[in-house]
Amino acid sequence: MRIFDPHIHMTSRTTDDYERMAAAGVRALVEPAFWLGQPRTNVGSFTDYFDSLVGWEPFRAAQFGIRHHCTIALNPKEANDPRCREVLDVLPRYLNKDGVVAVGEIGYDSMTADEDSAFAAQLALAVEFELPALVHTPHRDKIRGTRRSLDVVRESGIEPGRVVIDHLNEVTIGLVKDSGCWMGFSIYPDTKMSPSRMVALLQEYGPARVLVNSAADWGRSDPLLTLRTGEAMLAAGFGDDDVDRVLWRNPVEFYGQSKRLEPEAAPTGEATFEGNSILRGGS
Amino acid sequence: MTWLTEAIETVEREPAKIGRLFPAAGRHTGSAHADEARVEMLKALPLRGDALTVEVRALYRYGDAAEKRAVLLALPHLDVGASCVDLLRDALRTNDTRLVAAALGPYATHLDAEAWRQGVLKCVFMGVPLENVHDLDRRADAELGVMLGDLHAERTAAGRTLADDAVALLGRLR
Repeated sequence: MRIFDPHIHMTSRTTDDYERMAAAGVRALVEPAFWLGQPRTNVGSFTDYFDSLVGWEPFRAAQFGIRHHCTIALNPKEANDPRCREVLDVLPRYLNKDGVVAVGEIGYDSMTADEDSAFAAQLALAVEFELPALVHTPHRDKIRGTRRSLDVVRESGIEPGRVVIDHLNEVTIGLVKDSGCWMGFSIYPDTKMSPSRMVALLQEYGPARVLVNSAADWGRSDPLLTLRTGEAMLAAGFGDDDVDRVLWRNPVEFYGQSKRLEPEAAPTGEATFEGNSILRGGS
Repeated sequence: MTWLTEAIETVEREPAKIGRLFPAAGRHTGSAHADEARVEMLKALPLRGDALTVEVRALYRYGDAAEKRAVLLALPHLDVGASCVDLLRDALRTNDTRLVAAALGPYATHLDAEAWRQGVLKCVFMGVPLENVHDLDRRADAELGVMLGDLHAERTAAGRTLADDAVALLGRLR
């Protein structure tokens, strides 16, 4: 099984995870820029984070043979802090980079006016830089948040086929399917979506425009739930081709719209050093 | 006209446009040619003195790892004097072998002996081939020999080895 995880926050994960992911068949991934648990208070914290997403983290992933791409944005939660909003001004510095394959995560957290304007401004950047957009849907008030996100997407003029609406579930999938946007599902140990529920949704709605991710981060999450979902699909009678479509070809097609995706290329920065630990100079 | 030719002409005419073109070079020229393409774009900048230094530093500051490496590789070809030596120091603080190797090219003549020795030692530690180090045999001194000898002793005690090129250098310095 070859796996492309279209949404995983590797910055928060260990080298053990990279090893387990590589062994499980994960060959490529996309790491969206998001918040880090601890709110940031200035633009410099963001630029250092973005630098890591286009610098150190791809290098780290390459040690394990995994191709790393990222998305860049001011996330909805921190868009509410006036000290962070200037991040919008530095985004053009990052959106033209080879490893940046979408604008994201954008969208809503609490559906404030500040979130509205940051969301719209960043969809405009996606159009300007010819990038797809990754839209996070809120944890609370999810149905209205999803509906409102689809309205903003429609008003922005971006093609729906270049947008993924993420963290969907049984009650929000229908709205997004009808919109023409891609449908993202984050498989979590016990919250957002589980492998068995995902299989039921695939049986009902089919595999077209579906992205399955682990969204693993600093919270309780599991980078191998993509693999578990593939296994659950096979157990439920889906064929290898369906699994490959959902776990590999769909994310390649979606992010490939950036024309910057190289999922099959050898990761750059593969270490030429002896030994098997990540380089950590001085130890 | 190729993408690169056009990009170079654009940069010659409107240097500010390098900010958008420089990061895009990888996907337009292919990753195997990206270093060379970016170095050519930097050499084409019609800027002098402080203006050139400011642009070069901004490209490095906001560059991804590949862009940073290209800036480091271009430094010896740019009329910036020693004004960008701190970029080498920044690169040598990273643990990215591509940046560390690129920091020890010909522009490293501007690095003082202490920083240069630490850079070479870091290459040995990380397994970066020493053929990447400019002027190695002329600059390698007894102090570097002591540092390499100590690392060799540590590795030997741990049942590990140093790369052959490092052992050879140590032999020359003893």
